[in-house]
Amino acid sequence: MSAELTIDEAPTAGGCPSGLAPAVKGAAGDTAIIDPSPFVRRRDGAATLELAVFGAKCAGCISKIESAMKAFDGMERARLNLSTGRLSLTWRDGAEWAPLRVTQTLHELGYRAAPFDPAAMESDHDAEGRRLLRALGVAGFAAANVMLLSVSVWSGGAEMGEGTRGLMHWASALIAVPAALYAGRPFFSSALNALKNRGANMDVPISLAVILALSVSVYEFFAGGEHAYFDAAVMLLFFLLIGRYLDHRLRWRARAAARDLLAMQKTTAQRMGEDGVIAAISARDVKIGDRLLLSPGDRASVDGVIVEGASYADRSMVTGESAPEKLRVDDKIHAGVLNVSDRLIMRATATVDNSLVADLARLIEAGEQSRSRYVRLADRAARLYVPVVHSLALATFLGWMLAGGGPRLAIMNAVAVLIITCPCALGLAAPAVQVVATGRLFKRGVLVKSGDALERLAEANAIVFDKTGTLTLGRPLLANRNAIDAADLRDAAALARISHHPLSRAIVEAAGPGAISEDGVEFPGLGVEAMVDGEQLRLGSAEWIGAPVATDASLEAWFRRSDEAPVRFQFEDAPHKDAGKVIDELAARGLPSELLSGDREPAVAAVAQTLGLADYRARVSPHDKAARLAALSAAGVKAAMVGDGLNDAPSLAHAHVSLSPGTAADASQAAADFVYLGNGLAPIVEAVDVSRKARRRVIENFAFAALYNACAIPLAVFGFVTPLIAALAMSGSSMVVTLNALRLTGGRSNGETRLS
Amino acid sequence: MTGLLYLIPIALFLGALGLAAFLWALRSGQFDDPDGAAARILLDDDLDEEKEETD
Repeated sequence: MSAELTIDEAPTAGGCPSGLAPAVKGAAGDTAIIDPSPFVRRRDGAATLELAVFGAKCAGCISKIESAMKAFDGMERARLNLSTGRLSLTWRDGAEWAPLRVTQTLHELGYRAAPFDPAAMESDHDAEGRRLLRALGVAGFAAANVMLLSVSVWSGGAEMGEGTRGLMHWASALIAVPAALYAGRPFFSSALNALKNRGANMDVPISLAVILALSVSVYEFFAGGEHAYFDAAVMLLFFLLIGRYLDHRLRWRARAAARDLLAMQKTTAQRMGEDGVIAAISARDVKIGDRLLLSPGDRASVDGVIVEGASYADRSMVTGESAPEKLRVDDKIHAGVLNVSDRLIMRATATVDNSLVADLARLIEAGEQSRSRYVRLADRAARLYVPVVHSLALATFLGWMLAGGGPRLAIMNAVAVLIITCPCALGLAAPAVQVVATGRLFKRGVLVKSGDALERLAEANAIVFDKTGTLTLGRPLLANRNAIDAADLRDAAALARISHHPLSRAIVEAAGPGAISEDGVEFPGLGVEAMVDGEQLRLGSAEWIGAPVATDASLEAWFRRSDEAPVRFQFEDAPHKDAGKVIDELAARGLPSELLSGDREPAVAAVAQTLGLADYRARVSPHDKAARLAALSAAGVKAAMVGDGLNDAPSLAHAHVSLSPGTAADASQAAADFVYLGNGLAPIVEAVDVSRKARRRVIENFAFAALYNACAIPLAVFGFVTPLIAALAMSGSSMVVTLNALRLTGGRSNGETRLS
Repeated sequence: MTGLLYLIPIALFLGALGLAAFLWALRSGQFDDPDGAAARILLDDDLDEEKEETD
């Protein structure tokens, strides 16, 4: 471990038992402390700020953070939500400290923090979740109480007088009808929508069964009949609402987690006023012509032109190009480009909305539209299921009419068919499995954005990788260390410690800890020079050193001792250690890999050769990447795309399913279905395994539901189903389905044991 | 069987009470931070404040 790397390292999460914290730590790449002042909202003399805090996991974190925040002058409210990792602060406006102190204090305590945009927080209230929970509460209350009354009717049997039974039914109706109408609204509205679009989803038979059960029961009640299905209607809704709520919470949590990661990425800019004063502003507020300061480690937030300074830029996030590029005055710089070595001043030539990103956003949108046509497994099952069940019910009705049972008996039996076949188990089957599967992946550092992402990943039969930052580390490493003399390496490293250039860092990393040459001078764009023991030492580019200039000089540096022959340092953007293994594992699972990169041909070919990939394409533009994915899907290949750069975002959106590392550009994380954290690619294998297992469980659950229907339907058709049997069958099948889903939690996966 | 005339309303009332409690808890944010609630019970900061007041 070198001296430089130690300085760079983020502080460890303040003494917490580790959860996701170490993985998230590496997620945002640069460790710059974000100035939250543009995100402070001021209203009625009070200032509020919302921050995402990473690494807070225990009671100690709460007290440490909250007491440190309350120590600020004028702080009125500081509350950390441990479940979501949000810290909300309220203080009297006009306090004497700058908001930057908040993030600095958190940094000193060992937590990384990122502010939320207040505009984005407005739409952050989980109104839908609240509605579902309220409906769930009402359905639960109704189910419990109606069941209480129904059980007494069933067990009373013949002993119960007609008057008492009437009273019971009367009370049941009074609870069940309003409760079912209230709690059923999510299903009714979704079913109506589906019917309007001339489709049928799961909610159509559900709504029909509930409404028919209620109306037949009310009719029976007034006609003085024996059977009422009030309990069935509300219990059905109760079980289904559980499934619906699980499904909703799943997506909600994934979205919130993804938003936290995005907040970590720089959304502020340093604007230089005319008087030379530097102010932090939100990237949204950058206007054309603004002079912006880019310190080393900053990402440009808009497109612009360099007006002062010279530095190296890391464009890997934007183009996939792995070699650092020299930036001088009048050079163009794109949003998302990372400034590596020296201070730059740029003039904005575009706002956030019409920077390069906006162009890519249109492509992403087109991809997402095509993906929204994906039909979930459960809805596909419903398409088969609905016509069969409904014609069966109709046949039952006609059959009983023809057999002379009379309209009342015929309707009762037809409704019994609809109730007993109501896809209660189906409604619970998919969400229960998906909640368990995503929970398991979350623990392994993989965020799943939606339930159907799991289904799509399970179907994938090819995988397309981006190179820079995805298959590779995204930073150069010294490649020819064995060819370099130990003394040369030591002295070169001493020079390199002065510089922030990525190649210098790679030399330092290879050399390990050592001395720094104190009187060294860095010549931006050229190299470093120092006098040691009367010898002139130089480390830098070939022309400057006076070495032969190679055709492809981007990934080499030269070191020269006075007049001795120059020594060549060669670098490469090395693949992740486990990349080859992961590609083999994926191939063994029927997912052949392909490499699509925006980088130069030789660099791509070298990586492809190391990893044994026959299929690679270099110099691919974002449009061509998206087109390649579209071509694959047109050929019937369900390709999974893994990428991190801004240039990958459109292809991530066009792929059948997509994954992106936690270090990726925000647009890519937004476009991807899965975001995995940590170093290495092993989580991809884990995600494939878990999603395939989840798919198997869902199909098992469907098979079980079909089996159960095959047994229950004949009973219903021939009029043997009483409300008691319906209730038993329904709760029984729901329980079996849930237990089957829980089986996913147990057992170690192959990926886990073999790869880590 | 006249007992039912009392018992059913009582049962319903108790059930409704539970539902009202749930809806209240939901509205007042009791479910906003379950992990935090579990952790906060371990904090002693309320004791410190009392001590400061009595000292």
